[in-house]
Amino acid sequence: MDHNPVIEVKEVHKSFKTVQAVRGISLNIEQGQFVAILGPNGAGKTTLVEMIEGMQNPDKGEITIENRPWKGNELYLRRIIGISLQETRFIDKLTVWETLRLFASFFTIGKDRCQEVIHLIGLEEKRKSYVVNLSGGQRQRLALGLALLNKPKILLLDEPTTGLDPNARREVWSILYNLREQSRTSLILTTHYMEEAEQLCDYIVIIDHGKVLKEGTLNELLGDFYNDIPIKPVEKRKITLDDLFISLTGRHLNE
Amino acid sequence: MSNHLFNNQLYHLIMANVKELIREPGVLFWGTVFPILMSLGLGIAFMSKKDVIVNIAVIGKSHLAGNPGNSISTLRSFMENNGTPLEKSRDGTLLRKFILKDDNLGNTIFILHYLTWAKAMVLLKRGNLNLVLDENMGKVQYHFDPKNPDAQLSYLKLSKILDNPGKRVIGTGEEIKPLTISGTRYIDFLVPGLIAMGIMMSTLWGVSYSIIETRAKKLLRRMVATPMKRSNFLIALITVRVALNFVEAFLLFLFAYAVFGITIQGNLPALILLFIAGNIAFAGISIFSSSHTSKTEIGNGLINAISMPMMVLSGVFFSYHNFPDWSIPVIQLFPLTMLADGMRSIFIEGAGFSEVAIPVFILSGTGVLFFIAGLRIFKWH
Repeated sequence: MDHNPVIEVKEVHKSFKTVQAVRGISLNIEQGQFVAILGPNGAGKTTLVEMIEGMQNPDKGEITIENRPWKGNELYLRRIIGISLQETRFIDKLTVWETLRLFASFFTIGKDRCQEVIHLIGLEEKRKSYVVNLSGGQRQRLALGLALLNKPKILLLDEPTTGLDPNARREVWSILYNLREQSRTSLILTTHYMEEAEQLCDYIVIIDHGKVLKEGTLNELLGDFYNDIPIKPVEKRKITLDDLFISLTGRHLNE
Repeated sequence: MSNHLFNNQLYHLIMANVKELIREPGVLFWGTVFPILMSLGLGIAFMSKKDVIVNIAVIGKSHLAGNPGNSISTLRSFMENNGTPLEKSRDGTLLRKFILKDDNLGNTIFILHYLTWAKAMVLLKRGNLNLVLDENMGKVQYHFDPKNPDAQLSYLKLSKILDNPGKRVIGTGEEIKPLTISGTRYIDFLVPGLIAMGIMMSTLWGVSYSIIETRAKKLLRRMVATPMKRSNFLIALITVRVALNFVEAFLLFLFAYAVFGITIQGNLPALILLFIAGNIAFAGISIFSSSHTSKTEIGNGLINAISMPMMVLSGVFFSYHNFPDWSIPVIQLFPLTMLADGMRSIFIEGAGFSEVAIPVFILSGTGVLFFIAGLRIFKWH
């Protein structure tokens, strides 16, 4: 893994009217690193990701990607980033293939890459199906496929498996496992499923009320927590991120 | 076609819009079939000479023994001689019918109901009749709402019969020459108005509502997170809508030409120019009205708030000169009024470039101004 940060987030703040969504978060994400931003609903995950993806400007602080700020580099950065937003709906009466071709055209990408992606996301059989007729899991895989069309250096996924059943969630995970093995893409993934963060990511940032509560690898987080608790469980493995989150906030992650 | 075109984002955006349209049968029905059905319905309704039924209340006992010499008794004896025999209606009241023949305007069937004043008032309030005849000092009195044109017409027709009891047929004389030549009929007035209204409705719903819906489902935000040129998104949406407007207008005209014999008496290139100017105006208004909201309910309300006043006031179905004099200069400023008036002037008055130059300029300018203002406040995500 390269140790040069691809994404640098320095002390960013963002408020909406009376709500302080993000309050001084800093992050460094390296090439090929898979990072989970874990937190309950309303923790500030989406706002943080929207600032990284250039959709929102921070009120204070700085964000650079490959050492470039968004201002003045938007076209370049859009070419190297892949995004999947929370609950996006595509054009109902376009087929899966037509939707891929449409988004590929935004990157001036041809049919061959669309063919690779439709295979990657396992939707060959649904190639001619209208998007409106896809299941929730299939739509989410399509959203992920669209984010992968440009072979992004940075992939930003905002709650990619929220609302999916366990099988559909594992299908999305399987695509991301393959991506981690086959490319040097950096991933930022927001989630409130601790299992997702544990399974997919090598670095976890726990946030709540717009602030970072704790960050590190899974072993670091759980190890520190194990050492800190006065009454220890018999097996260290029995401790979860949810236990850690409860100890930090007094609440469960998916509350 | 080259690979370059097939990978071109504008081409794909246009094709996505076209596919979305043609795969939605409702869009084609409301955009194409509905205006044709409307012109057919209204055209037939206003062109056919169907019988007009006039229900009239006659108060008192005048159907029984009359007082010879006065008007009610004239009516009584006229009805006895020329009308149908006295019969009972379903609710038990007595009535007689008389048919006034009219070759040019269509026949009028008078149905005289012999009622008490109270019963007549109930039926008048319900809209079942619009004229009440009473007797005062031996003379007929006509009771009706002077602002109701149907009631006025009933009064004029009936009083004409009573003044000339021997005249049982009107409209065959030399004095009435029905206008049936192209350009002077109601359908000639209606079709250019329907084309103008079609441009407005199709553009407002097709552009404005589409943008709001795309924003509401976060697709707009997803698209601008790619290197897609924002201008291409709007160009594709507007291009497809203008093309559809052209097809809709052409089909409506073809239908009106085939069924009603409508022709374009003025300059065709001037009509095309005016058509484009109308599209520019409503495309600009659509961009402005959809520039900020991401709620389809608000979009719905906005589009109705823009289109409904113009549909009622701009003279699509009837002349706006029926409105008070002070309001006419205001109505004439509406884009739909300008477009409909311009279209009519070319369709039925034989107008050319010089007559429509000002509306073309104002409509295009309005569109460009709204477009620029809309883009300045446009919310892309």
